[in-house]
Amino acid sequence: MADACEDVGVTVELLFWDGCPSHPQALAELRGVLAELGLDPEDVRVREVASELDAEAEGFVGSPTIRVDGRDIEPPGVEPTGLTCRVYRLRDGRYSPTPDPAVVREALQRAAAPA
Amino acid sequence: MSIAVGQLAPRFSLPDTDGAPHSPGGAPATVVVFTCNHCPYALAWHERLLEVADDYADRGVRMLQICSNDAERYPQDSPEAMRERVREEGGWPTPYLHDATQEVARAYGALTTPDVFVLDAERRLRYRGAPDGDHMHPAQNAAWLRAALDELLAGDPVSQPETKPVGCSIKWRP
Repeated sequence: MADACEDVGVTVELLFWDGCPSHPQALAELRGVLAELGLDPEDVRVREVASELDAEAEGFVGSPTIRVDGRDIEPPGVEPTGLTCRVYRLRDGRYSPTPDPAVVREALQRAAAPA
Repeated sequence: MSIAVGQLAPRFSLPDTDGAPHSPGGAPATVVVFTCNHCPYALAWHERLLEVADDYADRGVRMLQICSNDAERYPQDSPEAMRERVREEGGWPTPYLHDATQEVARAYGALTTPDVFVLDAERRLRYRGAPDGDHMHPAQNAAWLRAALDELLAGDPVSQPETKPVGCSIKWRP
């Protein structure tokens, strides 16, 4: 399969902490959106954040965190870094351990759009 | 190790967000919920659990919610943050208790937030697990917990006494 993300110059990362059970679902949803957009669903850099020091160095505010071209798809503002589950709000207002797939889709579309 | 279904649950006395002590018992059923402020699973199930507390209050059911997380590493779960949350939400129909030493979470063998324990009038464990099968779907309406309470209050055995608790791990002190 062609390396679609690389073709359009998009870097997709999923950072997770193993103490939170949400990352498999987040990764599956992320890959689903990538496939929907015609990008390579396997082209995700999955990285574990395993210590508080790593979390601080990464600016990791919770698991899962998805970055497209180095930018958090939902910039966390002043959230402290740390090993924790990240709280997302879906567009319908529900709390969720994973980001709204619509937000993921928009972030990828913005990044993949020609300049 | 968690307490087993049918086993006598440990006694405890923990302070709520106003400092008043609460203990399990003194009711035909007591629901003990380990929860916290910052976990998305706990937040997703929160309203459903409060509705259970409201809906079963007139049948004498008590619900005690407990935050046992390490508040030093997770200041969102400090007693101050717990008090502020209850205030911001206009008060809860259940006490929100602080387990500063984490002894209660350890004694119950709580694993996640949320982790639900239903005790009978004798304080024996009759249900342990998740409120229902899907934190993302409010229509699930804490069905597993409600079924356990209905059966217990009817004097029947709980037909599904254990489910897998799902949520964030309890944040233990180092």
